[in-house]
Amino acid sequence: MKRLTWTDALYWLALPLVLLFALFPFVYAIASSFKRGNALFSSDFWPQAWSAANYVAVFAEQPFGQNLLNSVLVAGGVVALSLTVSLLAAYALGRVTFRGRGLLMMTILGVSMFPQVAILSGLFELITWLGLYDSLWALVLSDLIFTLPFTVWVLVTFMRELPKELEEAALMDGAGVLTVIFRIFLPLLWPAVAATSLLAFIAAWNEFLFALTFTLSGEQRTVPVAIALISGASSYELPWGNIMAASVIVTVPLIVLVLIFQRHIVSGLTAGAVKG
Amino acid sequence: MSSETLAPPLCLPPRTVSSLQRSRQRMAWLLVAPSLLVLLAIAGLPLLRTFWMSLSDAQLADLSSRQFVGLANYIGDSGVLNDPEWWGAVRNTLWFALMSVGMETVLGLGIALMLNHPSRLKTLLRAAVLVPWAIPTVVSAKMWSWMLHDQFGVINAMLLALGLIGEPLAWTADPDLAFVTIVLVDVWKTTPFMALLILAALQMVPSDCYEAARVDGVPTWSVFLNLTLPLITPAVLVAMIFRTLDALRVFDLIYVMTSNSRTTKSMSVYVREQMIDFQLVGYGSAAATLLFLLIALITLCYMALARRRMEGH
Repeated sequence: MKRLTWTDALYWLALPLVLLFALFPFVYAIASSFKRGNALFSSDFWPQAWSAANYVAVFAEQPFGQNLLNSVLVAGGVVALSLTVSLLAAYALGRVTFRGRGLLMMTILGVSMFPQVAILSGLFELITWLGLYDSLWALVLSDLIFTLPFTVWVLVTFMRELPKELEEAALMDGAGVLTVIFRIFLPLLWPAVAATSLLAFIAAWNEFLFALTFTLSGEQRTVPVAIALISGASSYELPWGNIMAASVIVTVPLIVLVLIFQRHIVSGLTAGAVKG
Repeated sequence: MSSETLAPPLCLPPRTVSSLQRSRQRMAWLLVAPSLLVLLAIAGLPLLRTFWMSLSDAQLADLSSRQFVGLANYIGDSGVLNDPEWWGAVRNTLWFALMSVGMETVLGLGIALMLNHPSRLKTLLRAAVLVPWAIPTVVSAKMWSWMLHDQFGVINAMLLALGLIGEPLAWTADPDLAFVTIVLVDVWKTTPFMALLILAALQMVPSDCYEAARVDGVPTWSVFLNLTLPLITPAVLVAMIFRTLDALRVFDLIYVMTSNSRTTKSMSVYVREQMIDFQLVGYGSAAATLLFLLIALITLCYMALARRRMEGH
């Protein structure tokens, strides 16, 4: 009964192209990461002999394990700090009417649109003054600049949608504001909080400019900097196998997390952007 | 907008109500205070210090021994505004933003329409589209650098095999190609974000509109042009502004793929090069301030637009 319209035809024509366009680069990176030595320069797509040598080499030739740990610590710390602080602010901004609220929201949004490089010298000065240069704390502190405004905005959107009866009942029973936020709202907001945390985690995990500028030693680097600075004997002899292996290690956990939470991520992203 | 305020319990006399509300407002400020203090300390203060340093001859090695030089870093003979390389970076950045946001919007709209199309493969498609978005920019820059390698790159191999090019192209080294290459890699990485935002807008179009159009026998392309497009335009514009602001501060991609090439240098790359590589913190701060002013101008325009939209509701 249903006949094939030209939109359907177009859809089925475009679908394989989009899938190829989206997936090919990463699949190719995986394939390359398992090629050893000269096989990397052959034209085969999949390796003829699968080898984990590149993965071993990444950890042997630089403190990559330490770099991974650094990234986990920095991104985890950034998420914990921005969530705690922004849950408080989101409650006030989402559920209490007070003078200056609109201006505050706009200011916070403004900060999130900040070019990071515009505060690089001021932040460099602050960090050396605090004695945090070449330490992970410098990165935790500076990453808050973009995660905090984002988590505040997204959480405000979700806080607004919670029924006020719940809050009234709790307040009548003599519960304090902190109890309302952390004991009553937080469990209800759990999917939104999970998605927001994941987005903030990804942003901090991927951050490059601050990590490149505020750390010096190989042991303090986060993974994006470590990958960017993997070098060979000359710029024409980059160890591409190692670079691809490191890239796969760094990316696979992100992709898995994103796919698990994809529904929530889409709502988190759009809450932060469209509804604003 | 004010409907979500806690309605005061009716049994209380009016005076208590207002004091209750006042204490609630005081509490609101207390709750916002930690976020505000953090943002003031790590964003507000450094921004002011950057302005201040842009008026001095500060060097990276010793930030404290600097002298006030007024506007020399901006308009002096060797000031930023007289540096052709700065204007090159400005031109590159603006072109980059224009081209990449333009292409992302068109492709993003197409992919959003596909994601909105009823099909059994919808979930697979959404998952696939999220992959480029989830990949760190540095990783995506490295992956593409490898695929676009002039001697061993798979892209050159495929294009050669198809007979589309006669000899391997130096995608990132050739000054004529490097800029386009950077734009394309950025489009690959950021189109998913655009597609998801546009998809959200598409899903807010009420389905009875489509129903009515279908009953009246309006052709699909006309429904799209006259119904869908006008309805999603505001959301698409917001998404474009977000992406433009993002594109104007592009750093990672260009730093990793073409580092110091003059043909692709963006404003952010220029600023960091002056500040860190050449140690000229004062001069670099002046360039950073100019970049800030440009982005602030665009942000203010956006906020005026957003406010008008919010009041319109």
